[in-house]
Amino acid sequence: MATAEVERRQGQHAALAIAAVVIIVGVPLWWRTTETYRAWLPVTQINELAKLQLQLSVDVEVVFARGTLTPEQQKKVPLTQTQDEEHMVDEDTALRYRYETRYRTATIMEEDALNQPTAAEADLSLHTLSESPCGSVVVYVIPEASSLLPEVVEVYIGQRRTAMLRIGAQMRVGRTLKQLLAHLEPRIQQVLQVMSFSHSDITAALSDRVRPSPGNKESLADSMRAFKSSPGYEITFSLLNPDPKSHRLHWDIESAVQNYIQPLLTKLAPVANFSIDSQILYYAMLGVNPRYDSSLSAYTLSADSLAHVINPVEARLGSNAASSNPVLNFLLYVPDAHHSPLYIHDHKKQKVHSNAFHSPRWGGIMVYNVNDFYGPDPVFPMDINISMAKVMGVFLAQLRLLLGVQSSATPPGFVVASCGSAGLADWELDRLMWSRTVENVATATTTITSLAQLLDQIGNIVINDNIAQQVSSTVTSLQLAVAELEAGNLGFALQYSKEAILASERAFFDPSLLHLLYFPDDQKFAIYIPLFLPMCVPILLSLLKMLSEARQRRKEKQAKRD
Amino acid sequence: RVTRKRSVDKAGQFFGSGHTNNWAVTCTSQFWFNYRHVANTLSVYRSVKRLGIPDSHIVLMLADDMACNHRNPKPATVFSHKNMELNVYGDDVEVDYRGYEVTVENFLRVLTGRLPPSTPRSKRLLSDDRSNILIYLTGHGGNGFLKFQDSEEISNVELADAFEQMWQKRRYNELLFIIDTCQGASMYERFYSPNLMALASSQVGEDSLSHQPDLAIGVHLMDRYTFYLLEFLEDIHPASTTNMNDLFKVCPKSQCVSTPGHRTDLFLRDPGSVLITDFFGSVRKVEITMETINLTSPVEQVEDKPVDGDLQRETHSYVDQLPVSEIIHQKPKQKDWHPPDGFILGLWTLILLVFFKTYGVKHLKHIF
Repeated sequence: MATAEVERRQGQHAALAIAAVVIIVGVPLWWRTTETYRAWLPVTQINELAKLQLQLSVDVEVVFARGTLTPEQQKKVPLTQTQDEEHMVDEDTALRYRYETRYRTATIMEEDALNQPTAAEADLSLHTLSESPCGSVVVYVIPEASSLLPEVVEVYIGQRRTAMLRIGAQMRVGRTLKQLLAHLEPRIQQVLQVMSFSHSDITAALSDRVRPSPGNKESLADSMRAFKSSPGYEITFSLLNPDPKSHRLHWDIESAVQNYIQPLLTKLAPVANFSIDSQILYYAMLGVNPRYDSSLSAYTLSADSLAHVINPVEARLGSNAASSNPVLNFLLYVPDAHHSPLYIHDHKKQKVHSNAFHSPRWGGIMVYNVNDFYGPDPVFPMDINISMAKVMGVFLAQLRLLLGVQSSATPPGFVVASCGSAGLADWELDRLMWSRTVENVATATTTITSLAQLLDQIGNIVINDNIAQQVSSTVTSLQLAVAELEAGNLGFALQYSKEAILASERAFFDPSLLHLLYFPDDQKFAIYIPLFLPMCVPILLSLLKMLSEARQRRKEKQAKRD
Repeated sequence: RVTRKRSVDKAGQFFGSGHTNNWAVTCTSQFWFNYRHVANTLSVYRSVKRLGIPDSHIVLMLADDMACNHRNPKPATVFSHKNMELNVYGDDVEVDYRGYEVTVENFLRVLTGRLPPSTPRSKRLLSDDRSNILIYLTGHGGNGFLKFQDSEEISNVELADAFEQMWQKRRYNELLFIIDTCQGASMYERFYSPNLMALASSQVGEDSLSHQPDLAIGVHLMDRYTFYLLEFLEDIHPASTTNMNDLFKVCPKSQCVSTPGHRTDLFLRDPGSVLITDFFGSVRKVEITMETINLTSPVEQVEDKPVDGDLQRETHSYVDQLPVSEIIHQKPKQKDWHPPDGFILGLWTLILLVFFKTYGVKHLKHIF
């Protein structure tokens, strides 16, 4: 009897000990060994960034030339004003445009510069005096009677960051400075919209965060045409010769690229890296048969058939296998001798002057007719040197469009100077930098927010340290970019935004973040039950038995007492 | 009272759809008895190429063990029509993932873009927010899953999550998902991202059936749904204006035995306004270049004679090249009559010999 009692006691102790080990040691051990390693992510800061509040600060300098201000007005200048324009794009995105305008009178040297005969020369000599920093705009207000600008022109936008604005007639006499400034205000706003950014540009750049409303056709076309912001681009120039029997084509592509394209790319260096290659394809036909037009005694391609030209050719174009950068293709097609000359007609059946067309986010094609080189007695094959200046003129224009250097419609009375030898005016570069910076910041914030959300939702993904580090550096770069935008340092803001994009893409597309493990709950039970149930059932049963015995004993004690 | 006029939105070709480029991803299973899945995929691949999508924009995942399988009586070919009318393998198939590379992991990596940095361009899906993507999957499937290579499965939840990640990163503008497996409709039940349209060959609980066996090759060559889908696509050319509502009518129950299904509730545009070529072809948007830049030429003009003119004295003879358009629009050739195969001859010889062995040689002189 005693031994049975002792055995029973021992059995109880054993059951209790096993239960204790299982609960105190086993369960935590199982938890630790089956949890996934998740490094810490700065989730609060990411959530803060999800609500994007951008402030874009532009430094504007308005310089009054002699003859525009009355002496009383002149006493109040120099003067600084700040203007804020608030826009709520959607509930997560708010924009504020801050224009810090400094009004002053022109210095003697600037007056001399403004005394030049034409606006272009004035612009050039103004530039030699001082160089305005990236993102700023200088507006020179010239008197109404000035001969610098022709009659109908009110504003001249130069190649750098300066504009010349003609003051209106009646405003001079007896007005206070405040009224003068109020009069100039709308025109300066227009100038800024052309030279810096307009609200529609910025909302188009935010298209990653905010799905654009199907409103403005122009802006939709622009946003579809230009390539999205990318750290690098590849440009490929291809010469298509469908008829080597008749034409032996020579194009000096290396020096053409060096002289015409490279200056633009060097100027765009802060925005992206570019790599250029070229190729020559023989026996590459267009996929469309051109129609013979007897009135022009030439072959024509109608605008509708142009869409089908690209695909058969694209199948044969080579590209760099190593990089994943977007490719811009520029094709030069020399029609074969039987189909020369070949002209492109637009929708109104008119000949297109450039004889070229482009496809959004792809590149451009130009048709180069060589029948003029034939001479009286052509002997085939003929050696033909292609005039690269003409070709590059077209390709450069297409390149500008595809990279997003929009020439938006200028308001009436505005004259814009031609873009100069680099192919890009300084203010056009600034415009591109503003929209690229905003686009980068918007894309990086959406990437990092959706990554944080994804990692939160799916508990099975392992978050390595390097991902956490990339995320932290993204957050830091983003905060710096937003701060620099507020301060008005466009160059630094672009740099930081590029770093933010690179880090966020690296974090989001890290190969280790693959969610392969989808465990529905019934599968989890199916895996754990055969492991744990056979072990737990005896323990539970013995604990229950102990409990019932203890209750039994208490009842007996109660009964004994009574 | 002033009435407001709403500006008429002219739906020019440019704004009909919001996409600028097209991609296609196709995937299937392995082993000889799954010949028809490979033929399905290759036929869709051919149609998509014919309608204009270049190889650089197609990610083809194929086990690729049919053409050179030792059970293939016609090596280096994969036929999709009985009587060996159309060889869909040809000599310009560009398979991006073959053999053991076709796994669920790689498929999901391609979709979400999480590939190791060493992956070459042809194995990546480099789509952007203006790309329309076509995804075609075929093989064996069940309620909520699809078999990959007969050893792995991808579930509908994983697929839906992958599409959601693609949407988060704006890797597509619109996506068309076609699946030809048993119980295919279960695969698109769990989608929740916008701008997805899905077609399946059969509902939950139904099996998708194969179309026709070929006695010479010994396996079924195509599945019914894909067969009728391809018949439908044969009538599509790059400029055609057929829309998605016609695609939904492909393969009714009388022809397919299973009931094809489709799902368009996540798609923003009306399916009647979506052209087939928006997904299956690659019609580029085109703009005329109006502006040019005037460049002065600082480059020294090269003298008229090329520098290496002396070296090019040898005469070149150029062979007449094959026109490209003929190669692209390849129709199945009509089969000419061939004398019977060795197999048939041998079989009949055997039968005759057995007959004469059994019944005696004396009957032979009655025949010859």
